[in-house]
Amino acid sequence: MTVHESSEEIVRHAPGAPVDGLPGRVRTPAQDLLRGVWRENPVLVQLLGLCPALAVTNTVANSLAMGLATFFVLVGSSFLVSIFKRLIPSEVRIAAFILIIATFVTIADLLLAAIVPDIHKALGAFIALIVVNCMILGRQEAFASKRPVGRAVLDAVGTGAGFMVAMLMMGSIRELLGNGSLLGVTLFGPSYEPWIIMILPPGGFLTLGFILLAFGWWRGRRAETVPGVRRWPHGVASTRAA
Amino acid sequence: MSGELLWILISAMLVNNFTLHLFLGLCPFMGVSARIATALRMGAANIFVLVITSITVSFLNAFVLADAPYLRLISFIVVIASLVQIVEMVIKKASPVLFRELGIYLPLITTNCAILGLAIFQTNRGYGFLQGLAFAIGAGLGLTLALVLMASIRERAELADVPALARRMGLVLIVAGSLSLAFMGFAGLLSS
Repeated sequence: MTVHESSEEIVRHAPGAPVDGLPGRVRTPAQDLLRGVWRENPVLVQLLGLCPALAVTNTVANSLAMGLATFFVLVGSSFLVSIFKRLIPSEVRIAAFILIIATFVTIADLLLAAIVPDIHKALGAFIALIVVNCMILGRQEAFASKRPVGRAVLDAVGTGAGFMVAMLMMGSIRELLGNGSLLGVTLFGPSYEPWIIMILPPGGFLTLGFILLAFGWWRGRRAETVPGVRRWPHGVASTRAA
Repeated sequence: MSGELLWILISAMLVNNFTLHLFLGLCPFMGVSARIATALRMGAANIFVLVITSITVSFLNAFVLADAPYLRLISFIVVIASLVQIVEMVIKKASPVLFRELGIYLPLITTNCAILGLAIFQTNRGYGFLQGLAFAIGAGLGLTLALVLMASIRERAELADVPALARRMGLVLIVAGSLSLAFMGFAGLLSS
């Protein structure tokens, strides 16, 4: 499991495609919804959409706003793509998807600017950059363009929620360590020396790196004790064997 | 004037490095940074597309988008996507050798957030034609620098005895964090 650069790559590894060992397994709507939240979390497991997950998670408020905006864009685009799936010619489908996504991003951008101008300013160019979030395009290509509207929306809600979980996780760790506060409320007394580096750019890389290490360790332990649990996709077992 | 251009270039390359400071273009940074040779090629392809994008965006901003700012995002992404396609066709026809060298990296660049990021930053900061050009070259050089540094470290790390748990992405992210930390040292350039 590495980071994907091409849409083909995304499709091959995306959750919509059959997962290893389970080709063509029929999924229930509940699985569509829940899959993206944790087991196939877009950021923590598939490593998609890393740019926003690293760039704007320096406070919980920013992470929340970014998570909501991305959720809105993902659900809206999946809905629309699924409705128009028979009208979009397959040769220009990627361009059509991107146009639909860009439209929703423009709406989200203007909405945020009107409702929470401070946060809109803090997020800056990264709201516009939701357009090139490969997680969103990946869901359109792998799922929404092939499934009925209801399933597409369920899948988008699940994936969007998974993205939100990852954003909030990163945001809370970074704000707590880097500023000693959560949502702007100071938690530790004045004697706490803030770990400034965590709210600066290097903190983003380090936080995600250590979260992945911790998950890999936890999965490895479960794989040893609980039968039938797969190891972390980008963990040791799968890659060494391959 | 030339001093300002040089300053924009150095700032985009070192102080506000696209990859290590602004988190743009992370996909190639993680994906094709295993070998120095491929990293260099990817960097070259990126510089090329960044410069062309910057020129196009300057024209778009000057002549088309002044009256319709809400169409900015949509027109940028459409123009970038079609531009990369055209550039690919022209290179294929004009210089098959270069085309083979750049290989699959050229089409992949469309979905690279560094390109759209450059277009948006250039517009937000109100850069003109020459300033935009300097910004694009600086950003491209910065991306290449980060890619090559990362690739060199990963080539060395293959021989090192890394704990099994930390191989692959965990290691890459923590190395990236350290590189980013090192690049923060360049922020001192701003005040001097």
